Amino acid sequence: MPVPLEHIVALAGLLFTIGALGVLFRRNAIIVFMSVEIMLNAVNLVFIAFSSYHNSVDGQVFVFFIMTLAAAEAAVGLAIIIALYRNLQTTDISSINLMRN
Amino acid sequence: MTALLFYLFAALLLGASLFVVLNRNPMYSVVALVFAFLNLAALYFLLEAYFIGALQVLVYAGAIMVLFLFVVMLLDVQPEERRTGVVQVDRWWFGLIAIIFFGLFLLLAGRGVSALRVPPAEGMRLGAVADVGEALFTRYLLPFEIAALLLTVALVGTVFLAKRRV
Repeated sequence: MPVPLEHIVALAGLLFTIGALGVLFRRNAIIVFMSVEIMLNAVNLVFIAFSSYHNSVDGQVFVFFIMTLAAAEAAVGLAIIIALYRNLQTTDISSINLMRN
Repeated sequence: MTALLFYLFAALLLGASLFVVLNRNPMYSVVALVFAFLNLAALYFLLEAYFIGALQVLVYAGAIMVLFLFVVMLLDVQPEERRTGVVQVDRWWFGLIAIIFFGLFLLLAGRGVSALRVPPAEGMRLGAVADVGEALFTRYLLPFEIAALLLTVALVGTVFLAKRRV
């Protein structure tokens, strides 16, 4: 690979930061979920990069498991969003405050 | 050539991710995220992780994002309107935290990473399905089975959560 490893880690860092900003700033629960997916993929990119540079297949196996986890997480999370929408008619996370006081 | 392609896909990936986070219409966000994941798959191919790249297209851009698309369509989510006042002040703190995050990453990218690098062995192929599959079914057999169990649990939980009360 002609690309230095530092650049890939910096790219993943930027991607993770974008995802973290999305989680912090956005109020739509679906977009917050998508930002979590972006963060997971940033981590996947680091795993793949190190796996490729270290000639070890373990990183790719880890990414496989993270993908499994992300699929399960997305399914359950979206089911929760659907249940929320059915009860409250909104996906705005700042208006979901049933537990307050 | 490979480096050029890498930077091209990296730029597209960052642009699409920014579009996901900054756009107010969830529908556009989902489509942009599919595009971002396709670019990420291209990066995996460039890093010679062919199996994971194919999985990225099939599982992420295919299955997971279609699920997101279904939910956005099902719920008829309106574009988020701009809200001012109230919470604006502490959002600046969030921005600051994000910058600190990224600074830490840059520090790691500058200093630590080069120390971790080892010279690559010649003529090794890692990304093929056979290599990943062999590791998956020998050394990582138990985690593999646990992942299957996790998927079953998620399936049951999802059906239970999303089902209408009758």
